[in-house]
Amino acid sequence: MASNFSIKHQPGFTAIAATCFVVLYLPIIVLVIYAFNAATSTSEWGGFSLKWFQSAYQNTQVIDATLRSFQIGAIAAVLSTIFATMAALATTRTNSYPGLTFKYAAINQPLMVPEIVTAVALLIFFSRVKIFTGYSGLGYLIAAHTAFCIPFAYLPIRARLENMDLTLERAAADLYATPWKTFRRITLPLLWPGILAGLMLAFVISLDDVVITEFVKSGGQDTLPTYMLGQIRRGITPEINAISTAFLLLSVAIVTLFFFVSRKRD
Amino acid sequence: MATAEEVAKAAERRDVRDRWLLSAPALLVILLAATGPLLIVVVYSFLAPGAYGDVKWQFSSDAWTSVFLERDIFDDTLSLAAAHVTIFWRSIKLAGVTTLATLALGFPTAYFMATRSEKTRDLWLFLITIPFWTNLLIRTFAVLQIIRNEGIINTILLKLGIVSAPVQILYTDTAILIGMAYVYLPLMVLPIYASMEKLDFRLVEAGYDLYATRFRVLWRIIFPLVKPGVIAGSILVFIPALGAYVTPSILGGGKNMMLSNLIELQFGQGRNWPLGSALSITVMIIVMVALLAYVRNASKSGVRHG
Repeated sequence: MASNFSIKHQPGFTAIAATCFVVLYLPIIVLVIYAFNAATSTSEWGGFSLKWFQSAYQNTQVIDATLRSFQIGAIAAVLSTIFATMAALATTRTNSYPGLTFKYAAINQPLMVPEIVTAVALLIFFSRVKIFTGYSGLGYLIAAHTAFCIPFAYLPIRARLENMDLTLERAAADLYATPWKTFRRITLPLLWPGILAGLMLAFVISLDDVVITEFVKSGGQDTLPTYMLGQIRRGITPEINAISTAFLLLSVAIVTLFFFVSRKRD
Repeated sequence: MATAEEVAKAAERRDVRDRWLLSAPALLVILLAATGPLLIVVVYSFLAPGAYGDVKWQFSSDAWTSVFLERDIFDDTLSLAAAHVTIFWRSIKLAGVTTLATLALGFPTAYFMATRSEKTRDLWLFLITIPFWTNLLIRTFAVLQIIRNEGIINTILLKLGIVSAPVQILYTDTAILIGMAYVYLPLMVLPIYASMEKLDFRLVEAGYDLYATRFRVLWRIIFPLVKPGVIAGSILVFIPALGAYVTPSILGGGKNMMLSNLIELQFGQGRNWPLGSALSITVMIIVMVALLAYVRNASKSGVRHG
């Protein structure tokens, strides 16, 4: 009797877990299947077709919004990763110094406030700045995205740095390497996986944002998510399924890459 | 050797200064495009609304009064603003129930994942991470297609003859609840799993050696040990659920507003920016209270488990 008594067993837990995994994936799978539906209605199956992908591809609004999403995402991800790397270097591998706790709090602040509150705050602030400067370009969206991407980019970079001791850097300094050379030849190569993970995380976070973009954007500045939100509110066509499927594929690709980059030890 | 001491002190000062310079860009961007504007919201909440949106620059506490109260236009008496109270209550209730639902589903899931062999654990973690990083809007849209009247659930129920007309789930509070539980579930599983992974099963074994039942082991040994993860998960679900915008906008329809929709309304058709600001600050205060409770709880359990 004792031999088949498993200490790890809890009644019903495996069933609940299995249900969770099925429930997590089922709606996404249905969404993808209906992207290939030939029927115009989203409620019946009219055979396999790629026509909704084609129609999305020929929709200039979709292409515009996609390109804008990539543009904002790329710039915001690169900027936030650079800033987060610098901030991580400044806040790790040191004894506590005045202001260190403040820095942690400030960098993580965007995570603590509900998105809707930040969105409203930026709407108010940027509308003032717009009147004052007359500029109404993509700069506002890029600034907002950079700000909320920093804490995400900071996370893996800081984690990586905390696992690196200063031995190699000290050795380099002993051998008369300049601080810059030490950074380029020692710190940066060791830190690289963390930076890469931060960059991908920031890009995904920027690409996924709906709320802040929805409030900050000026007319004609739809990103792919805000365009989709508008379409879904108006009524759905399988074209949204097709766009979602393409978007999904991209996210999964980035996450897979991220998973391998951040799992690789040294 | 006073000079050596002075040199060391100067080096330390330089180090601290360099560290401030290094973190300056990140701090500046966050100050300009995240933290700073929050202070402007506080200012705006004490101003009068402009006729076409924005504000008039004169002091007014009307916005704060009308967060929970409304003035009768005939006899000027104040009464509870039923519409606002309803929306506050609905948001807190839905966020709370979402937290409990994700906990009830997420805890066993995290336990299941943590008790797999070390090799397959990564696979399960990966499977939970994918929905986590998938666009929230797309996941909400996926739920919409499942629960609407022509969706899979209703089609199956109709075909099996269980119901004669489609069950109206979409555009109800239940729809928002299902949607939020669905999109926030990974946020609950991940921190609990992180705690669970470190769980020392020798303690569980000791419990069984002392004739504890499965439930007793779960409740008295496992649960207390992974409590920090449970609290972290609850906070991670509760905060975004309280301020949720996308899910109620898509699944709730026009009538079932949550706080964020009410706030949006004030900046759009409502043209009452001060009220919108006051409501935003109120949401933030609720979140801060929840976070403080978390920090206090976390430091308490930190002492107990070393």
